[in-house]
Amino acid sequence: MYLDHAATTPLRPEALAAMLPFLTERFGNPSGSHALARAARLAVDDARDSVAGHLGCQADEVVFTGSGTEADNLAVLGAHRVVGGSVVCSAVEHHAVLRACQSVGGRTVAVDSAGVIDLDALSDALAPGVGVVSVMLANNEVGTVQPLAEVVGLVRRRAPGAVVHTDAIAAVPWLDVAAATGSADLVSVSGHKFGGPKGVGILVVRRGTRLEPVLHGGAQEHGRRPGTHDVAGIVGCAAALTAAMDNRESDVSRVEALRDRLAAGLTAIDGVEQTVGPSDDHSKVAGSCHLLVEGVDQEELLLLADDAGICASAGAACASGALEPSHVLLALGLSADRARSAVRFSLGTTTTDADIDSALAVIPKVIEQLRR
Amino acid sequence: MRVLVAMSGGVDSSVAASMLVDAGHEVVGATLKLWGGQSDSGCCSVADVDDARRVADQIGIAHHVFNFTDDFDASVVAPYVADHGLGRTPNPCIECNRHIKFGTLLERARRLGFDALATGHHARVDGGALRWRLRRGADRAKDQSYVLSMLTQAELAQVLLPVGALTKTDVRAHAALMGMRTADKPDSQDVCFIQSAEGRRGFLGDRLNMHAGQIIDADSGAVVGAVPAVELVTVGQRRGLGVAVDGRRLYALEVDIDARRVVVGPAEAALTEKVAVGRPTWVEAPLASGAAVLAQSSAHGRASACRWWGDSVVFDQPVALVAPGQTIALYDGGDTDAVVGSAVAA
Repeated sequence: MYLDHAATTPLRPEALAAMLPFLTERFGNPSGSHALARAARLAVDDARDSVAGHLGCQADEVVFTGSGTEADNLAVLGAHRVVGGSVVCSAVEHHAVLRACQSVGGRTVAVDSAGVIDLDALSDALAPGVGVVSVMLANNEVGTVQPLAEVVGLVRRRAPGAVVHTDAIAAVPWLDVAAATGSADLVSVSGHKFGGPKGVGILVVRRGTRLEPVLHGGAQEHGRRPGTHDVAGIVGCAAALTAAMDNRESDVSRVEALRDRLAAGLTAIDGVEQTVGPSDDHSKVAGSCHLLVEGVDQEELLLLADDAGICASAGAACASGALEPSHVLLALGLSADRARSAVRFSLGTTTTDADIDSALAVIPKVIEQLRR
Repeated sequence: MRVLVAMSGGVDSSVAASMLVDAGHEVVGATLKLWGGQSDSGCCSVADVDDARRVADQIGIAHHVFNFTDDFDASVVAPYVADHGLGRTPNPCIECNRHIKFGTLLERARRLGFDALATGHHARVDGGALRWRLRRGADRAKDQSYVLSMLTQAELAQVLLPVGALTKTDVRAHAALMGMRTADKPDSQDVCFIQSAEGRRGFLGDRLNMHAGQIIDADSGAVVGAVPAVELVTVGQRRGLGVAVDGRRLYALEVDIDARRVVVGPAEAALTEKVAVGRPTWVEAPLASGAAVLAQSSAHGRASACRWWGDSVVFDQPVALVAPGQTIALYDGGDTDAVVGSAVAA
């Protein structure tokens, strides 16, 4: 039973079908000029048009990268190199943004106990010298959706010269990303989070936003991201995005109902609660079910869940594979001990009623065993 | 049996895991991440975790990494630092075995439904219900019963030490035969959380206020030298003090942190018959006062005949001074391979 869709979600059949020709007979390099190359070029251009339509941007604003992490780094570091000034991000950013910001001496802005950025603290952090601001659209661990339009409005007023980036990687396939990110200068998404292949990221770079490349090489992606195009990956990513967006509203209402059933079933157990509960003040993405299980260590819960065939996760792993106390949960104000009781079940568009039934049959027993 | 095997990424635990699989057990491997700081050996480097994982893959068992850094810091590193501040010389490997491997990890293994915990230590467990015995490893040169001497029936009932019956040569041969990447890995040395480049001095210097002190000659009471940090002097130490009186090499006899002094004396003064001890643990029942046993006060030291007196051991022949904080492993006077208990020099 796969309940780790926020880590990665299976390749959509539409994506696989779209990719196969480019892994076989249509192997050309789109940077060339002969027929095979032109065929590949056409496929990348079509993918770019399609992606632009779904993300609410122009085709020439789409930069394909090798991962979501690369898109985030290109955004933060690429903008910083042109704009200069200081860098500000929220305390709950994915490491791809957080560490990129830290690498150039950036500072973080606090969030509340639901993970929503503290707009007063952001306002305080926004001096005219700020060059880059990065605030994610949805959090990858606890699912909280940020008030991005307010964030952007605040930046435009307080630090008018600053470039605004949003990491929207955890927001697809759940939110109307085009509408939600329209005011940001830079937007990252990652193909494998919505049924595309791993190894493809997208950075939307609005016209007029200057960016230095992070990688140096050829002229691909207008020189903003050199390197031979992963044609199959790009084509698969575009096909997946189309499938995700075409079905988004029905997927969201169905998955939200499944998520609510899972959360209700598990929080019925003593000492189990949602890390970020339902509230009118903020929304969460439909697939996220992040729980705190009092008296249970996440490593033990995940191991027994895995033994029982349930794939879930918790936080980020260090290089050795050990779980680290999540910086997101610490930013929410949880103690390190409490953070070690966290588990993340994340649902995807392929999650079924039967998956939830299994989880509700297994997880309470696991918790009971570990508390004995 | 369902067995959790602690895999450090070294050859001994690799072979231990393989032997348990061969014996038909349901085996799962776990590597402990113990130290969040820099380290160049031991159980914590990414390369060691990779080795453990790839050996687990090779022998077809699941492998997990458990993050015990907070526990390790609280139960091993912090007391190690604090003890030095009190002029004691603790053995962190023993405290790690006591609190982490056969404490936190064994408790976790039980909660997860394992029947036993295995490690790659060179020692043997035999006997049976309520009469488990802990014995020296078959390879006396590699014997690690000393660092396990604090185990009791409560742990031994669920502990397997598969390589204890083998020589190190046999272990390496087994690993080589299996084509394991760990077959030729050097034995781990020293304290795993201290990098060789910084050394004990650098490690403790970052965590403890060090105090310069005087070196006092025990015979004359005269000041004969100075040390930059009394906290780094170990009772019984000779090297590194940099003092000699009348050409005689002098040993540290006493470290007094509060008075900032180290008392030194000649070799014959650095011997003792009686060592005061505390915190005894027993493999089975407590020894009777006056029992004749063998005592060993370092990992590869000699076991010497002595009598147990409850709050001290009294050796038949004088032995080198035992620094406060050092563990004394007690072995049976007749069945000399068998550990009967342990105590910590006061």
